[in-house]
Amino acid sequence: MEAAIRSERAARGRERASRSHHEPSFVRKYIFSTDHKVIGIQYLLTSLFMALVGGSMAMLVRLQLAWPGKAWPVLGAVFPDAFRDGVMRPDFYYALVTMHGTIMVFFVLTTILSGGFGNYLIPLQIGAGDMAFPVLNMVSYWLVPPAIIVLMAAFFVEGGAPGSGWTAYAPLSAVEGSAPGSGLGQTLWLISLALLMVSFLMGSLNYITTVLNLRARGMAMLRLPLTVWALFVAAILSLLSFPVLTAAAVMLLFDRHFGTSFFLPEGLVVGGRALEVSGGDPLLWQHLFWFLGHPEVYIIIVPAMGIVSEVLATHARKPVFGYRFMVGSLMAIAFLSFLVWGHHMFTSGMHPLLGTAFMTTTLIIAVPSAVKTFNWLATLWRARIRFTSAMLFAIGFVSLFVTGGLTGMVLGSPAANTYFHDTYFVVAHFHLVMGSAALFGVFAGIYHWFPKMFGRLMNEGLGRLHFWLTFVGVYATFFPMHFLGAAGMMRRVFSPQVYGFLQQLEPLNVAITASALGLGLAQFLFVYNFGYSLFRGARAGRNPWQATTLEWYAPSPPPHGNWDEAPPVVHRWPYDYSLPGAGEDFVPQTAPEPAVVLAGGAPAGGAAGGGEGA
Amino acid sequence: MKPGAAGSRASAGGAEGRLPSGRIVVWLLLAAVTMMFVAFTSSYVIHRAQVPSVAVPLPGLLWLNTLLLLASSATLEWGSAEFRRGSAAPGRRALVATLALGLGFVAGQVAAWTRLAAAGVFLHSSPHSSFFYLLTGVHGLHLLGGVVALAVVLSRARAASEAGQALRAVGPAATYWHFMGGLWVYLFALLFWL
Repeated sequence: MEAAIRSERAARGRERASRSHHEPSFVRKYIFSTDHKVIGIQYLLTSLFMALVGGSMAMLVRLQLAWPGKAWPVLGAVFPDAFRDGVMRPDFYYALVTMHGTIMVFFVLTTILSGGFGNYLIPLQIGAGDMAFPVLNMVSYWLVPPAIIVLMAAFFVEGGAPGSGWTAYAPLSAVEGSAPGSGLGQTLWLISLALLMVSFLMGSLNYITTVLNLRARGMAMLRLPLTVWALFVAAILSLLSFPVLTAAAVMLLFDRHFGTSFFLPEGLVVGGRALEVSGGDPLLWQHLFWFLGHPEVYIIIVPAMGIVSEVLATHARKPVFGYRFMVGSLMAIAFLSFLVWGHHMFTSGMHPLLGTAFMTTTLIIAVPSAVKTFNWLATLWRARIRFTSAMLFAIGFVSLFVTGGLTGMVLGSPAANTYFHDTYFVVAHFHLVMGSAALFGVFAGIYHWFPKMFGRLMNEGLGRLHFWLTFVGVYATFFPMHFLGAAGMMRRVFSPQVYGFLQQLEPLNVAITASALGLGLAQFLFVYNFGYSLFRGARAGRNPWQATTLEWYAPSPPPHGNWDEAPPVVHRWPYDYSLPGAGEDFVPQTAPEPAVVLAGGAPAGGAAGGGEGA
Repeated sequence: MKPGAAGSRASAGGAEGRLPSGRIVVWLLLAAVTMMFVAFTSSYVIHRAQVPSVAVPLPGLLWLNTLLLLASSATLEWGSAEFRRGSAAPGRRALVATLALGLGFVAGQVAAWTRLAAAGVFLHSSPHSSFFYLLTGVHGLHLLGGVVALAVVLSRARAASEAGQALRAVGPAATYWHFMGGLWVYLFALLFWL
């Protein structure tokens, strides 16, 4: 009976494989592809490219902060409009700060985690052949390059790129002529984000429906890998929070171009000119922006948490500690993230009672965050850890998440926030907890799934060197920024040296810039490793990490349609590592329950396809 | 106990017993649309509380438009009922009626705009007029999305060999359409009565 079912399944698999052998054209296969794996890799590469762009902007920002007023003849020759006699112009500096933030938050971290890993991993890890809506998925990716082009075009229009920051606070962003780059540049910024929001909406619809509807036989929700849970929760967050920013962006466009005054207060004077506006409210923009803005940071960090949980368990050879609590804490964090936006606005003019309410919800987020941290540490406790590059970055994530998270508690208190608001203390906080931690999640994910994506292993020696340089570089760059902030250095300040009380910080600023440049250079190790391994890396085989989840049941790289044999059937939860009595220290999700118990040596029958190791 | 260990193979996973993807996606989409209108209308409510503004004179045409839209929901339900009963031709006629009534609503909204503009009430005239044009405009665009969806459903219903197939196509589009009707009643009441 069992044999008959299996032969039937194999026949269906062969049929699928032969169907997938119908070769699409190059354009349909690699460019306008509806294959979730190709789309995921497209998102991944696009985001990595944008990380280089956004990172380079950060380097220019750091040059200015360490040596304000210094002439850079070479840079002046490359960007003649941005540098006057080789000295950086203030409006270019503000454009850099704005675009660095926008690119890193929206076009790197959101696109790579939800778009890259979401697309690549969700169908594979739930045992599906593709997404629920492959064409919608393709359109979702192909909205991103136009959004990038529109965004970058802002640098080349009259007035230059916007300088109002990634938060685009009104009225700076709402009135042309109120700030450098507040002309066409700001409009392009809004259009670019609008395109991206449509893309994210399509992505979220797809991820949620796929997880709900296309799970393989036996894949109950509580058997989903934590990566899928995290991407699922992030998609729900994205679905519910981005429409609020869409509404705000529409209103801002109306204020800019159709004469309304949603965000413009009565009697506003810009550049000595009284505006004909009536009765708007700049605070309204802040409320709407942060109602998206705070969930947005969780849209970024939650998938990174999922990746880290997965990588920690696999390379520690232990089950994830407290799986249900991991799922529950993800949901708790997601829910609470909608109730804390006011903590960005303590100093904007808020009733103290309301401030206290926002403080309470903010501090409560520490509880599910601590649950997750405890569970990660408990997963590592007494484990036979394999210190692969992926594992090092996952452990680095936990470290950065704790360091950055603790200052979140400080900033969440209205009293302390009044002092630290808009200083480098805030810059240190979010670069550690959101920027760097999420980036470490990305690196952990790339080192872990590169073999599946491209069929080859990345170089481990280079990977470990990359980790140590990045880990030290991140701490050396961002940790001292706490001291800058405590000393009163303002966020977004163009030249700290014009203020007497900030002049003593010059050596620290120079040291931070040196670390930042080193950190930036270290990333080229990764670029080299990525490119080299793509062509010369060792062949990976199906399951190089001896992992349990379904993607390792497929060939590396998986064919169109994902499964060369029958689609997988799931018999167990995703973290059966070091099961007592089992022959090997991992049991794939495809292995039937009794097969392990019966086996004295290798699990009989159940390990089909998943068993062969590196 | 290990999570998921208890899930029997029959109850865990498997395509049977799940909602069709189209139905899930329409509810997700409506959740997103809801959040967007929550943002718009809460902005309106706060704005109104802070700055007293002279309301736009209510165009009488809006009553007719409201009737058209509610009638279109009724004809859509009538069409679904016909498909459910297995009679395809009357079902398709009801869909055509729904489309016509929906387009009538959009035309009526545009006519209300032009009348207001002729009376000197423009987008930037007052906070209330700004919100009036913004909310009716965004709602109208979403309704046009529904018109496109219904047109696609109608073409599928024509091609469908049996009424059951047509019914499956109608379901998600009908949910969206009724939601747009309810949304309009909410916006109308909020702008002029609440």
